[in-house]
Amino acid sequence: MGLPERETVTSAPVPLLQATDVATVFRTPRGAMRAVDGVSLSLARGETLGIVGESGSGKSVLGRTLMGLITDGPETSVTGSVLLGGNDVHALTPAGRRTLWGTEVAMVFQDPMTSLNPVKKIGRHLSESVRLHLGLSRAESRDRAVDLLCQVGIPEPARRAGQYPHELSGGMRQRVVIAMALACGPRLLIADEPTTALDVTVQKQILDLLQSLGEELRMATILISHDLGTIAGRTDRVAVMYAGRLVEHARTAEVFDNPRHPYSRALIASIPHLDLSPHTLLPAIEGRPPNLLNPPAGCRFAPRCVVATDLCTTQSPALTGRAGDDTGGAVACHHPLGAAKEATV
Amino acid sequence: MTLAPHAPATPEPARPALTVRDLVVEFPVGRGQKVHAVSGVDLDLPAGRTLGILGESGCGKSTVGRALIQLPPPDAGTVRLGAEELTALGPEELRRARARIQIIMQDPVSALNPRRKVKDLVWEGPSIWGRAAADKDAEVDAILRSVGLDPATVRDRRPHELSGGQCQRVCIARALMLDPEVLICDEPVSSLDVSVQAQILNLLETTTRERGLSMVFIAHDVSVVKNVSDQVMVMYLGKVCEVLPSDGMHLAAVHPYTRLLLASLPEAQRGRSDALAHASASAEPAAVAAELPSPLDPPSGCRFRTRCPLATDRCAEEAPGLLEIAPGHRIACHHIESTRSLP
Repeated sequence: MGLPERETVTSAPVPLLQATDVATVFRTPRGAMRAVDGVSLSLARGETLGIVGESGSGKSVLGRTLMGLITDGPETSVTGSVLLGGNDVHALTPAGRRTLWGTEVAMVFQDPMTSLNPVKKIGRHLSESVRLHLGLSRAESRDRAVDLLCQVGIPEPARRAGQYPHELSGGMRQRVVIAMALACGPRLLIADEPTTALDVTVQKQILDLLQSLGEELRMATILISHDLGTIAGRTDRVAVMYAGRLVEHARTAEVFDNPRHPYSRALIASIPHLDLSPHTLLPAIEGRPPNLLNPPAGCRFAPRCVVATDLCTTQSPALTGRAGDDTGGAVACHHPLGAAKEATV
Repeated sequence: MTLAPHAPATPEPARPALTVRDLVVEFPVGRGQKVHAVSGVDLDLPAGRTLGILGESGCGKSTVGRALIQLPPPDAGTVRLGAEELTALGPEELRRARARIQIIMQDPVSALNPRRKVKDLVWEGPSIWGRAAADKDAEVDAILRSVGLDPATVRDRRPHELSGGQCQRVCIARALMLDPEVLICDEPVSSLDVSVQAQILNLLETTTRERGLSMVFIAHDVSVVKNVSDQVMVMYLGKVCEVLPSDGMHLAAVHPYTRLLLASLPEAQRGRSDALAHASASAEPAAVAAELPSPLDPPSGCRFRTRCPLATDRCAEEAPGLLEIAPGHRIACHHIESTRSLP
């Protein structure tokens, strides 16, 4: 897949992240489960990418594979390559990968409470990694911890650093987790459902924070979510995943205003929004996602798709087009929507 | 698209399905302290209509839902189901009355006994009421079909063999089995995927319409609540901030907290309302950043004042009552005039 060139980002010849044909397969007693099946993406410095999909679409597994948390092993097979700043994440030794974590790439998970050690003070969570990676002294690392808490908008950072995770609210905890991820100045931040466990008003605060930090630190961000709402208007590009594959990958506004894959369009249409009058029946997608142990032949969305033909059930469509293009981006569909708008239901 | 307009509202005032006055629920937490979960909530649900209860976690919306079916009975206040006052009933009478009011919980998988088959789960209510097992298969199949499940495939399965959406359909079937008058849905779609969420919302919509059910729909998502409800009640820290008709609520809402909720809504769910596009741009940042106060010691006066951009001394001294500012639109705020100038 071509390198996305955008006017606003003067991308270096080598992108920050280049994933080519990544496939993650879990060997289960019931057979091989292809959780991620041939995904290619690239991300330039400072760019933000949203990965959207329903549960079981493989979006979290993709995030973890990109980071190198899931690697080739007895129960998993990872193929394809993930180049992060020129290093192949999956060709490195475990020790080599650990040097990347924190300084090159960091991750924020869904549930802030389980990301924090309940018997360790907030300050220790932050100072630990900076001492390890940046070799700071005890006193320096303590100052750095307070700076970090300040950076993520925690009031009274010095006092908070001395508290335990249970003394903080959910939103505050997620801010601490973000501060931990930022501690060593990563060039790529992967946030996996960072706001799903939070209240709506807090959710907006955390997303605003991630956005401003990304811009301020010129840090590339991958935002993984099942919620199209958290991705819309906050990312440069969106990749829509369905049953382990990318079905559409284009600029965010393009995907929301002019979805070209029938799944993207159906997903967007099924969210209730305020313009609908009460008691409107939503255009729901009938059926359910396929079982990844035994996915359907051809296009995986075909059994639920309103425009599917015989071709769709026999031949798997390739992702064609360029994600960075103004002309609609990449879509994996034999009958992409757009030009023939009257084909819509 | 399969959009269909709702039947026009009946002009004559509907018979009340549920009437709640001054509901109070408190939970003791030791050392003489108590959580003020619900403090004086009034609620009116006309028959055949849907009331949405909207709020963030800790606002008491689920506690209200449970207090309606007397689980646990409220500490004070009255709940009247039709003409019967549930709060005054003895245990046996209450048991009988509960068949008329059913609840659907948030997590459909844990709401179902993992060891039982779907047909037994659905028949649990009727079997408690001593219905003859002879009718079982036919009735179970009919109800499963009505919630969009294929009886032949799911009848003999156990919950773990079903998806989350299917489990929620089973929960709905269970609730409908006793032919209730009122259905309480406590965050019925928040644990489901977006595409399944739409299926379940549509199912609730068609079911309530066909059976003439009254529904209390509790959720944190403004656009979901707006879509299913006739009337929306916004709660904050155990109190009602605003009650308003759901049609056009995103434009009509005046309470600062309702405005905050609307401004927090992600772009994709706002639709194309320009009114909100600028609302979020100019939302008071101070109000957004503040944290929810503890329900152990809620703020004096108006409970939202610690996060409110309009708060004055009066808000700390005096709790605002609900005032009707338009037909069916009531608001609890001392600054009704200034709220109109809010973004």
